Amino acid sequence: MLIYILRRLLVAIPTIALLVIAAFCMMHLAPGGPFTSERPLPPDVLANIEARYGLDQPLWKQLWDYFANIVLHFDFGPSFVYKDRDVNDIIATGFPISLTYGSLAFLAATLVGVALGIAAAIRHNTWVDYFAVSLGIAAQALPNFIMGPILILTFTLWLGWLPGGGWNGGQWQYLIMPVIALSTSYMGSIARITRSSMLEVMNANFIRTARAKGLPQRSIIWRHAMKPTLLPVISYLGPVFVYVLTGSVFVDLYFSTGGLGQAYVNSALTRDYAVLLGVTILYGALTVIVNLLTDLAYAWFDPKIRY
Amino acid sequence: MTRLTRLTLTTFLSAGLAAGAVAQETHPETGEALAADQTFTYRILDNISSIDPQIVEDTDGSDVVRDLFEGLLNQDENGELVPGVATDWELSDDKMTYTFHLRDNAKWSNGDPVTAGDFVYAWRRAADPATASPYQWFISLMKLENGDAVVAGDMAPEELGVEAIDDTTLEVRLTTPLPYFPQMVVHSTTFPSPQSVIEEHGSAWTSPENFVGNGAYVLTQMNPGESIVREKSETYWDAENVILDKSVALIINDENVALTRYRAGEIDMTDIPAGQFPRLRDEYGEEAHSFPKLCNYYYSFNLSESGPEAFKDPNVRKALALAVDRDIIVNNVMAGGQPPAYVFTPEATAGFDAPATEMAGMTQAERDAKAKELLAEAGYGEDNPLSFNMVYNTSEAHQKVAVVLSQMWKQKLGVQAQLSNMEWKVFLEERGNQNFELARGAWCGDYNEASTFLDLLQSDSGYNDGKYSNPEYDQLLAEALTADDTAPLYTKAEEILAEDMPVIPLYHYAGVYMIDDSLKNFPVNNIQFNWYSKDLYKAAE
Repeated sequence: MLIYILRRLLVAIPTIALLVIAAFCMMHLAPGGPFTSERPLPPDVLANIEARYGLDQPLWKQLWDYFANIVLHFDFGPSFVYKDRDVNDIIATGFPISLTYGSLAFLAATLVGVALGIAAAIRHNTWVDYFAVSLGIAAQALPNFIMGPILILTFTLWLGWLPGGGWNGGQWQYLIMPVIALSTSYMGSIARITRSSMLEVMNANFIRTARAKGLPQRSIIWRHAMKPTLLPVISYLGPVFVYVLTGSVFVDLYFSTGGLGQAYVNSALTRDYAVLLGVTILYGALTVIVNLLTDLAYAWFDPKIRY
Repeated sequence: MTRLTRLTLTTFLSAGLAAGAVAQETHPETGEALAADQTFTYRILDNISSIDPQIVEDTDGSDVVRDLFEGLLNQDENGELVPGVATDWELSDDKMTYTFHLRDNAKWSNGDPVTAGDFVYAWRRAADPATASPYQWFISLMKLENGDAVVAGDMAPEELGVEAIDDTTLEVRLTTPLPYFPQMVVHSTTFPSPQSVIEEHGSAWTSPENFVGNGAYVLTQMNPGESIVREKSETYWDAENVILDKSVALIINDENVALTRYRAGEIDMTDIPAGQFPRLRDEYGEEAHSFPKLCNYYYSFNLSESGPEAFKDPNVRKALALAVDRDIIVNNVMAGGQPPAYVFTPEATAGFDAPATEMAGMTQAERDAKAKELLAEAGYGEDNPLSFNMVYNTSEAHQKVAVVLSQMWKQKLGVQAQLSNMEWKVFLEERGNQNFELARGAWCGDYNEASTFLDLLQSDSGYNDGKYSNPEYDQLLAEALTADDTAPLYTKAEEILAEDMPVIPLYHYAGVYMIDDSLKNFPVNNIQFNWYSKDLYKAAE
């Protein structure tokens, strides 16, 4: 097991390095650069700026220096666009924000989704099932860019209960709308997967055996049906966790939360090379770690899986 | 009455009086009752590039910097120059040496006096290649002595033509007379910067805990992607006349969200999305504002070798320009009170008299008839239809304008224009390399003078992406640099443009904003939109 984890982590290093090289090449292939502007800078001025950021060096040298700075100083370089800030600083301010509302949205989506799915499955073909299924479909059909405007109109403009955006150090009033907007569509999917998985498990032979043995329904569900039901859910949750952290661009833009998603997209549009690479590495590392955790969770949920 | 009751009563009375005094606080000049909460909250699109005066390059950033630092001169609500750190200035007889006299009571927020040396340090810093400022070119534009050589790294920054004669006297030497030079020291690149703080903290000097400025406000919070907060500085020399306590910029990317938050009363000022002005004007009346801005919107023809043969014929260019019904674009598409443009330079620019061009004087029907005639003369018609590609940078508003243009040309002239849009940086790259046929262009003036626009079409201008070149035009602009009366030269230059038509002017921008009733003194008449929080105040509702 330990060897398995170590092996996976070792493989992660070349994976992330390849990711950086690919991102670096694609970035330099895109037309324009960080200092392309409406008023083209005079050649002297442009040369001064490029020298300052090392962009006058050959590409392989830039890539080499980049890796060297990370390995030796853990320095991801300066932002080319926000001149007062560097990448470490941008990640240090943005990531905790994304992580906070992302984790809350993930928790909300999982808890509510699983509960809805189970309720629907054990009360199969009753009003509970229909209600849960309709709610799940409605939630799934409302992606965050639809939920955002609906929430702001309702809670900010009509009811006046919640501030229309901002973060303010993560006070609860500022968290509610981003969390709801981000979690609803995942919640719908989780409910749907849980329901169909549970229905399948409840028809399995070992459940029939448990019933025949005369076990009470509660014990059947919690002790026997739960773990196998959650297996497909877990394989879905891994990517969802990464999505809620990385795919939160819309929430950042819409609710002015100051999270990392906005910085990421902006860095691509403004060709802020260092920020783009830095956040790519972070997201890449995150994906690798979450995938590993998902695989480990499998082993716990399914005794048939051994590493 | 017991002693206790008496005491309680006096306490209540004095508290009541104090509360009354707060409620009755009035504006020293107008006598209006002032709101208890003097906080101005407004929306900006994105994070600002920097708060370092020598580095900042975006408009929203300059607005913040103008509060945090004060330059030699400021602008009033009409855009006229008023004293800043400098109280007055003298110009030498050869018009190339300016001597600014600085006030002796100006202070940095750490209590140090603001001296002429702080300006010298800042200007050298802006010019120094080591600073790598994107606004380094502004030093060249100011025509400072040795400016170009310092920018190029051929001379030390100490050689720059700016000198502190004593603590309150600043001497500036130019290489050529520049009539609008005083206007240029309103720009943030020329603001002083605190040498000791910058040397102590390096690039971290701009973070709120290290920040030192000489403006009417100090930076108290910088929350990327969320907000920028500045609060009244007690060390500012004119602090007693500053009414607004706090100025808050909220970063809200989506203009419709910003509008919703304006409606919810969270912000005092926000942009009106394209096309929504008439509706909001009906709903909110005077709170919806539209005022002319120092920017133009046009399409340029690629006149270089890579451009289409058809555009080399001025008649084709004129025909296309004539067939555009600008009233439809400004009234039905933009609908924000933008003035239609028949000349390149916005008519509201100071010291500019727009020529009465032939096109401006015609009715649209006459223009359409003339357009058909010119296009036929150029050899294009039903059997030989003109077709070309037009590009614009991706945006909903630009797309609407482009669609309307292509429809007008198709219906009136039978011209086929294919539209394509590009992401901003790709667009700049392609347009800058003359990989286009007809491309959108727009410009906002760096200073309030016609040359900031007309220079763009000079043969050697870096922004002349269409590669228009007319020696007579270049000559006129060169003359204007040193002329006493520039207006006739600029008018003549516009006449040449009307004849050559290297670009199709469409409209001049308008600032279209929702501004809350309680916010007073916002300089809607300052065409450059340079505003200072210190001049604003909030009246009681």
